[in-house]
Amino acid sequence: MKTFTFAAGLMLATQAVAAENVLTVYAPDYFTSEWGPGPRIEELFEAKCGCDLQFKPGDLLPRLMLEGERTEADVVIGLNTDVTKQARESGLFAPHGVDLSPLTLPIAWDDDTFLPFNYGHTAFVYDTTKMDAPASFDALLDAPDNLRLVIQDPRTSISGLALVLWVQAVYGDRAEEAWAKLAPKIVTVTKGWSEAYGLFTDGEADMVLSYTTSPAYHIIAEGDETKKAAIFPEGHYFMVELAAKVASTDQPELAQQFMDFALSHDFQSMIATGNWSIPAALDRSEWPEGFQKLDLPENVLFYTEDEAAALKDPAIEAWRSALSQ
Amino acid sequence: MARPATLIAGAALTALTLGPVVAVILRAGGLSSLGPSHWAPGDAAALRFTLWQAFLSAGCSVLLAVPVARALVRQRFPGRGALVTVMGAPFILPVIVAVMGLIAVFGRAGLVNDALGGLGLPKVDIYGLHGVVLAHVFFNLPLAVRMFLNALQAVPGERLRLAASLGLTRGAMFRLVDLPALLRVAPGAFVVIFVICLTSFAVALTLGGGPRATTVELAIYQAMRFDFDLGRAASLGLVQLAMGLGAGLVALRVARDDGFGVGRDRAALRRDGAGWVRGPDLGWIAVAALFLLVPLGAVVARGLPGLALLGADTIRAAGHSVAVASVSTALCMAWAMALAHRRGEWLALAAITVSPLVLGTGLFLMLRPFVNPFAMALPVTALVNALMGLPFALRIITPQAEALEKDFGRLRASLGLTHWAWLRLVWVPRLRRPLGFAAGLVAALAMGDLGVIALFADPDRATLPLQVYRLMGAYQMEAAAGAALLLLGLSLGAFVLLDRGGRLAEA
Repeated sequence: MKTFTFAAGLMLATQAVAAENVLTVYAPDYFTSEWGPGPRIEELFEAKCGCDLQFKPGDLLPRLMLEGERTEADVVIGLNTDVTKQARESGLFAPHGVDLSPLTLPIAWDDDTFLPFNYGHTAFVYDTTKMDAPASFDALLDAPDNLRLVIQDPRTSISGLALVLWVQAVYGDRAEEAWAKLAPKIVTVTKGWSEAYGLFTDGEADMVLSYTTSPAYHIIAEGDETKKAAIFPEGHYFMVELAAKVASTDQPELAQQFMDFALSHDFQSMIATGNWSIPAALDRSEWPEGFQKLDLPENVLFYTEDEAAALKDPAIEAWRSALSQ
Repeated sequence: MARPATLIAGAALTALTLGPVVAVILRAGGLSSLGPSHWAPGDAAALRFTLWQAFLSAGCSVLLAVPVARALVRQRFPGRGALVTVMGAPFILPVIVAVMGLIAVFGRAGLVNDALGGLGLPKVDIYGLHGVVLAHVFFNLPLAVRMFLNALQAVPGERLRLAASLGLTRGAMFRLVDLPALLRVAPGAFVVIFVICLTSFAVALTLGGGPRATTVELAIYQAMRFDFDLGRAASLGLVQLAMGLGAGLVALRVARDDGFGVGRDRAALRRDGAGWVRGPDLGWIAVAALFLLVPLGAVVARGLPGLALLGADTIRAAGHSVAVASVSTALCMAWAMALAHRRGEWLALAAITVSPLVLGTGLFLMLRPFVNPFAMALPVTALVNALMGLPFALRIITPQAEALEKDFGRLRASLGLTHWAWLRLVWVPRLRRPLGFAAGLVAALAMGDLGVIALFADPDRATLPLQVYRLMGAYQMEAAAGAALLLLGLSLGAFVLLDRGGRLAEA
């Protein structure tokens, strides 16, 4: 009985908060640390809306799917394209209603549910003082086997999944062959990006699967220009982060205001150094200097969500079977 | 013998273990079939790898622990107590921190390869099945050593004096005194380690070098977080549960339950540590200490520069971790006192074989209709950590608690002691050493566990391990290393405090 009273008290407490002007935003974990973009987004948006923006970090879609329509989320930020198909089919999201003409993405984007706010590309990042970059993906495959590479597992990480799609896009039917050539160079496969990048900065690997934007962090935050992304003429896989409005929101106006805010100049000029990614709607001349120095690919590869959904399993299987030999 | 406290504790344990699994199954609308036609490619290989690496890891940990524990119980040297304490540290390190420490020693750019390179020898590669086993031995050898050490130290002094006065040879001493003591705990130690290794996945993946080192837990993670296939996740979770329960069943059948007879608690120094055996003994101790302490040293060295970078968020997270650890420990010890017998232990083993992911998701589903799960993040984490610590606490306490029951049970009956008096006068004082060790272990584990908090996380309620991951995710590798060092300090501090408390009588 006591527990019940306790639970009831908690419920009342949450309802009391919900009644006020609170916008609940689900975001990935890295968003909300003191080093992530969360605190700045919160500060900028609260100055505009006269409301209380509350981040709830954690697994985005798994949690939302568990909660269904009873979720308290009003907005979700930080989704990736690999989950948009499932997210769309769940029917949990409403159209974003934002004018997409300011977008400066390297690909066309006309999705009316998922709104891009920053992007990057998969890339292998290396230390220029320790090695020369391979000139192409082919050259990487043919590089001596003592080149040491760390990648992420496509079954547990978004960047790992983007990598197998990248290899699929470049090599098609010959993907498994490409993986077989790459296999001896792969030191290990980690669960997520953080572990792999940690191994790279510790000197355990020469190259790490990361993003074209990673060097910007080293340039701007550390004044270190020795970390670069190897740019391949075959192209790089496009990685974009998205925001979406939850259909069941009890704060539709605030949620809409937040969606508009995501492409506003204030948000866009902060997100580069806030989230170490390229702003989705900002002219290159307005990027922070460190970002203007980045080597970016000419050729950008991207699968639509239907294509990606169809290719995902065979692409992962090509990776798994080649690396299991 | 089934007292109300035992029944309640057992029922709570069962409900907390099976409830979440059932909740996940209900939400999924049933289990996915795992018949051969539904297996994903690689599932069979993952199952084989999971069992094989857990078997090797548990086997190596237990076998290596025998000479180390015997050496530690026979030899006395300055700093022995401190060494025993610090050697327990790897077990309580958060996975990612320990892996980075191991790589700093055994990795390509690590100390071992630097030394080999300096001698002109070929480099060794840590990545592969051997790397996985190495890491699991690193985590679990300390646990096995301490279990054996406690068992050897529980041999009554009268026995040792008798052995000395009979002039037993070392071989006879091993056969008649040490071996029975070791055999009493060995099967349980093996199973506990086997079961922890069953649910390993980040270690296995990172050090295993790729998809060859896929475990069942990884498949659960994939089903849960990427494919949103709760039915498949629950089915795989049940497979894992079955493996753990099977292992537990075998071990409890093999375990012997003969006590040593009653002693009068007069301390007796072992006399078999002198002579030629001292050299090899000290060698074993030195090797084990180096193996366990050098990677810890690397964690400290990596973390020192980062300490200055720690912000208010991290300090607050540390406060949460300490609070969670305190509650978890109190809860777990209360649970353990009620369940310190064989069936209780078997039940607790089940709890830890349930995938933490399934457990966390199930609890989330169970809580949601009643409370805001985010508001409950820290209490739930404390509860789950208590649950996760229980098999270890019981494994440490039960053998000696059962022996106590055997040795003093008649006395208790003839005096007609009440349960409370029995606990106060006999049970707690005589089990002080295992109780202190178990509490220390649980506190440290609870401090370092990432467990379910990720699913319930809230920026204001982060724990320190979660903060380490968040910092790494934001390129703050140095600050993350600093936070990891803080975590190591707190875990070790809690462990030392409680473990020493339990060993005070020994001095």
